[in-house]
Amino acid sequence: MSNAVDVAAVPMTAKRRGAQLVMLAFAVAIVMVAYANVGLGINGQVPAGMLAYGLGLGGLMLAAYFVLARFAPWADPLILPLVTLVNGIGLVMIYRIELSGQPGASAGNQLFWTAVGVVMFSATLIVLRDHRALQRMTYTAGFVGLALLILPLVPFLGREINGARIWVGIGGFSIQPGEFAKLALVVFFAGYLVAKRDVLALAGRRLLFIDLPRARDLGPVLITWGVSVGVLVFEKDLGTSLLLFGAFIAMLYIATQRTSWVLIGILLFVGGALAAGQVFDHVQNRFQVFLDPSDPALYDKIGGSFQLLQGLFAFGSGGILGTGLGQGHPREIPLSFSDFIFAATGEELGLTGLMALLMVYALIVERGLRTSIAARDPFSKLLAGGLSFILAWQVFIIVGGVTNLIPLTGLVTPFMSQGGSAVLANWILIALLVRMSDAARRPPPQAIQDEGLTQVFQR
Amino acid sequence: MSELTLLLIRLAFLAVLWFFVIAAVGVIRTDLFGSNSPAPAAARKPAKPARQPAKPKKGEPKQLVVTGGPLQGTIINLTETPITIGRANDATLVLSDDYASSRHARLFPQDGQWIVEDLGSTNGTYLDRSKVTRPTPVHLGQPIRIGKTVIELRK
Repeated sequence: MSNAVDVAAVPMTAKRRGAQLVMLAFAVAIVMVAYANVGLGINGQVPAGMLAYGLGLGGLMLAAYFVLARFAPWADPLILPLVTLVNGIGLVMIYRIELSGQPGASAGNQLFWTAVGVVMFSATLIVLRDHRALQRMTYTAGFVGLALLILPLVPFLGREINGARIWVGIGGFSIQPGEFAKLALVVFFAGYLVAKRDVLALAGRRLLFIDLPRARDLGPVLITWGVSVGVLVFEKDLGTSLLLFGAFIAMLYIATQRTSWVLIGILLFVGGALAAGQVFDHVQNRFQVFLDPSDPALYDKIGGSFQLLQGLFAFGSGGILGTGLGQGHPREIPLSFSDFIFAATGEELGLTGLMALLMVYALIVERGLRTSIAARDPFSKLLAGGLSFILAWQVFIIVGGVTNLIPLTGLVTPFMSQGGSAVLANWILIALLVRMSDAARRPPPQAIQDEGLTQVFQR
Repeated sequence: MSELTLLLIRLAFLAVLWFFVIAAVGVIRTDLFGSNSPAPAAARKPAKPARQPAKPKKGEPKQLVVTGGPLQGTIINLTETPITIGRANDATLVLSDDYASSRHARLFPQDGQWIVEDLGSTNGTYLDRSKVTRPTPVHLGQPIRIGKTVIELRK
């Protein structure tokens, strides 16, 4: 089996730096065209700031490219250009929403955070030469993750904004530690599951057609479930809660290959959600909005379905081909620059544009999962799988929420929504994926001479 | 700026966006369809026979499950390779059982069936209640007893 994997990896070993540079230039060019399009759509002129924004983004990505070419030369050629495109389209949309006069939207701010994100990306690649160092910090990462999760609950430090207590104020800044907590926790899950997966994979009693795990192995799942419910109850943050629990279940499935864990996870989640719906108003409220967003009573209620329905109207007015960049009405949707950026984009680019964006996300995730398959050690497999999964899961939760496929939970659209913490955390996530894909695609060391029992390898 | 120009720009932008996606897929085409160059294609061929057995047909056992004994709960995924059972370190399923021989029994697939064969063990291998004296086909869920260990095949 391992032989088959090695053979399959043979055609992958080209570095493909050229392809990466071309795709990167292509992505930056698309973003610049989008800027021009916004200006033309709004007032018939190419915006004055276009060159500054475009060259700023291009320069940043070129810097990221050089760092990647120097420190992770075998890395996947597609991850960086794909991320550049979604980040750039997000910048354009925020710029466009800022022009529409919505308070709070600031493209300059987002560009600044993107720059910091690229710096963090480079720093992660330069400092972390071997991602397996993270495996040694399994429990440290778990502790850090939990601490970051709890941080907003600390009095005087935590802040409650828009009903969710997920912010920490330091000086003039407010950051969302939860965004970083999810990275730390995925590292912890990966390290923990590598050590414990043999035990967790043991079969217990057989019920109908699935092997149930043994009752005493349920501990980790129950603890994660408890933490998720805690996040839901104390921080009123449905999104992070769902994200964490989903990530753990998915990684448990990757580690043990047992469907029963997924079923147990779904049962626990449904149970927790039903109980939370009974006890907490804000959960029940979200669910009612999900069931019937067009109910006039809910529409007029504060914190009701107004925002969701405005988003749905935006999708509707966009239709298949969209109204064109700069010609929609993103101002009508509250928070269209953060949680609802997907709805604002949907109005202006239409279904066609949204599908292209979702394809780009899907490709990023596919590259991550591919890295996971090609990785040589179980820790990298789990970490790459887990990181790709949380990216996909995040897109699913927020896009599903905005389109009313599932109840709306506040989460950022990765790389598109305005918000420094999320941009930083996601760039670090991408750096980890790039680091692992570099390790996975690097050709195995070649023997210099071919005789004798002692072999000399060249790295 | 006329309506028509804006319409054209809009359509062009969407086309360019999709062209980017298609170009990206082109870069990873080797992932999806394999490389076109002959050398890697030749290298890939030997991998194929090894890959097919990873997907067993319906009704064929996929797993070997230990249902009794000290290793209870252990699962081995079945591939096309034979499985050896015994106390020897190189056995697929290593038993630490005084009643088992170092090379006790062997399970191997033949024409879509798994066959159990006793390798001259001291205490014998039992399929259901009967001692295995010659290679015998094993059906799903039939217990095979080796010393204190009981194993069976499952889908």
